Amino acid sequence: MSKGRFGIHGGQYIPETLMNAVNELEAAYEHYKNDPEFNRELSDLLNEYAGRPSRLYYAGKMTEDLGGAKIYLKREDLNHTGAHKINNVLGQALLAKKMGKTRLIAETGAGQHGVATATAAALMNMECVVFMGEEDTIRQALNVYRMRLLGATVVPVKTGTRTLKDAVSEAMREWTTRIDDTHYCLGSVMGPHPFPTIVRDFQAVISKEIKEQMLEKEGRLPDAVIACVGGGSNAIGTFYNFIEDKEVALIGCEAAGRGIDTFETAATISTGKLGIFHGMKSYFCQDKYGQIAPVYSISAGLDYPGVGPEHAGLYDSGRAKYVPITDDEAVNAFEYLAKTEGIIPAIESAHAVAYAMKYAPTLSKDKIIVVTISGRGDKDCAAIARYRGEDIHE
Amino acid sequence: MSNIYKAFENGKAFIPFITCGDPDIETTKKIVKAAADNGADLIELGIPFSDPTAEGPVIQEANLRALSNKITTDDIFELVRDLRKEITVPFVFMTYANVVFSYGTDKFLKICSEIGIDGIILPDVPFEEKEEFAPVCEKYGVDFISMIAPTSENRIAMIAKEAKGFLYTVSSLGVTGTRSNITTDLASIIDVVRKNSDIPTAIGFGISTPEQAAKMAALSDGAIVGSAIIKILAQYKKESPKYVGEYVKKMKDAVMSV
Repeated sequence: MSKGRFGIHGGQYIPETLMNAVNELEAAYEHYKNDPEFNRELSDLLNEYAGRPSRLYYAGKMTEDLGGAKIYLKREDLNHTGAHKINNVLGQALLAKKMGKTRLIAETGAGQHGVATATAAALMNMECVVFMGEEDTIRQALNVYRMRLLGATVVPVKTGTRTLKDAVSEAMREWTTRIDDTHYCLGSVMGPHPFPTIVRDFQAVISKEIKEQMLEKEGRLPDAVIACVGGGSNAIGTFYNFIEDKEVALIGCEAAGRGIDTFETAATISTGKLGIFHGMKSYFCQDKYGQIAPVYSISAGLDYPGVGPEHAGLYDSGRAKYVPITDDEAVNAFEYLAKTEGIIPAIESAHAVAYAMKYAPTLSKDKIIVVTISGRGDKDCAAIARYRGEDIHE
Repeated sequence: MSNIYKAFENGKAFIPFITCGDPDIETTKKIVKAAADNGADLIELGIPFSDPTAEGPVIQEANLRALSNKITTDDIFELVRDLRKEITVPFVFMTYANVVFSYGTDKFLKICSEIGIDGIILPDVPFEEKEEFAPVCEKYGVDFISMIAPTSENRIAMIAKEAKGFLYTVSSLGVTGTRSNITTDLASIIDVVRKNSDIPTAIGFGISTPEQAAKMAALSDGAIVGSAIIKILAQYKKESPKYVGEYVKKMKDAVMSV
C-alpha cells in the first residue's frame, strides 16, 4: 500500500509530473513540523495575526431553548478573515516560504480559502493566483473582490460544472505547468498525500483548543463534537484530538442540498461510492461508469463531490458518523442562530448547527456537545435573502 | 507480452490519440480506420472522463462532447470489438483511474483482453500507485504503460526498469495541448531510459507539426499526437475521418524521414 493511507483511502493518484513536487513537499513538512523555529513562527502568526485561540462559547440561550444537552460553539468565525481556513493557510504559506517558493496557487469554493490564501500571500510577500468556479464567482462576488483587493489574481474556471471540483482540477493543471517557484496551497483535507495530513495537522489546533477549553470550563470532555463536512478540513480539525477519546462522538454534517433522494445533493458519504479522483481514493458522488456527478448545495463551500480520505477511513471504522443536512434545514439554522445567539454563521457551518438543533433535544441536560462554527455568515446574507425570496444584491 | 512491440517494428512509430465518441461512435470507427490505413503504428483510444485533470482545454472539451452524447465504457468496448474485425494495429486505452476502478478493475481488464486491447494508460496513476492496476493488467496480458515527465529526474531509472509495452515520455511541463516550442532536455531523459530498459519509448504532449514529430522521433522511438487530431475532430466533426487520414499520413512520413 502506498503512502498516506487512512484505511484503504488516500494515496497519491496524480500525474508523474507532480510526483517530485509532492515528495519534496512531504520531505520539507517532515523536517519543519518538528522544527522549533518553524513552530514558534507559526504560533506567533496564529496568535498575533489570526487571533487564536478562538473562543469556546457557551450558547446558553440556544441550550435553554432546545431543552437538552449543553451546547458550546467553537468560534472559528472569529478568526482573522472570518473562517478556519486561515489556520491551514498560514501553516502552508510559511512552509512554502521556507521551501523557497515565491508563488501560491489555490482553489476556492465559497471564497473563504481563497481569501485566506490571498491574505497570507499579502502578508508574506508572495504572488497569489486563485482558481474559482465561474458559478461561484457569481455566488460569492464579494469574496472575489476581497481577493483582488489583497493583491491576488482570481481566475474564473469555465470548465465542467464551474464550481469547486473544477477549480481543484484547474489548480492541479496549473501546478503541473509551473512547479519550481509555486506551492499549491490546497484548502481542504483532500488531494494526494501529503496534503490530507498537512492540512489536518494545521487544523488540529481546533480540537486541541476545544479540549483545553472544555477541561477548563467543565472539567471533562464533551459527549459529542459536530462540524460540517465538504472536503472536511474544519471537521477533521474538530475531531482529530478526540479520535482516541472513544467516549466523544464525532459527527460530520454533509450538505444534502435538496435531499439525498434527489440528484441535487452533495452528500458524499450518504450517496457516493468508493472511487479515485483528485489524487485520492475515497468516497465520491459518481455514476455507474465512474463519471464524477455534478453536485449541488446552497453552500458553495460544501458543494464538492468527494470527501477527504481520513473522513472516509473514520466512516469505515465507525469512529465518526456522517449525517445529511438539507438546504432548508441549514437556512433555518442560519436564521435560528442569528436570532437566538446573535451569531450569523457561514451557511456551511449552519449545517452543523442544524444537526445540533435536532440532536441536543434528544440528550439529557447533563450532556455536552460542541458545534464548530467554521466561518461567519456575512458572505451568505445576500444568497440567503434570495433563497427566502428577497431580491437583495451586494 | 502484448502486441505493442509490433508498433515499433516499422521504423519510428506514429501514435495518434482519439477520444472515443466525439462526435459519435460511428465517426470514431471511421477515424480509427483512416488512421490505421494511413500508417498509424499504434492507436490510443481515449475513454472519456468527466474531469480529465491531465488534459488541456482541447481534449477536455472532446471528453465533455463525448459524455454529453451519453457515451459509456460499454459502448467503447463494443466499438473496439467491431474495429478488431478488420484492424490489427495495436490499441491502447487512455483514460483515468476512476473509469477503470469503478467498472471493477478485474472485469475491465478481462474485457480489454477479450476485445484485443494491448495496453492501458492512466495518467493519474504514478509508479507509487501502479500496484493497484499493474498486476491485474499482467494477469490479462494487457501492458500497463508508464509515463516519464520532465520533472521525473531521479525517478526515471526506477520507472524505466519496470516499464511494460512502451514508455510514454511527456515532452513538457503542464497538460496536453499543442505547443510552439518544446524546450525540455529530452535527449538526457531518453539516455537514462535506454540505460535502464530495452522497451521502446515514444514522446507525447505538445506535438502538432511534422517538423516537431520528426524531431521527437529522432530522439526516441516515436511521436504521440493528441490535441492536434482532436482539433480536426472539433472542426470537421462527421467529416473528420478524411482529414485525420491525411494528417496521419503526413505525420507518419515525417517520423519515417529521420
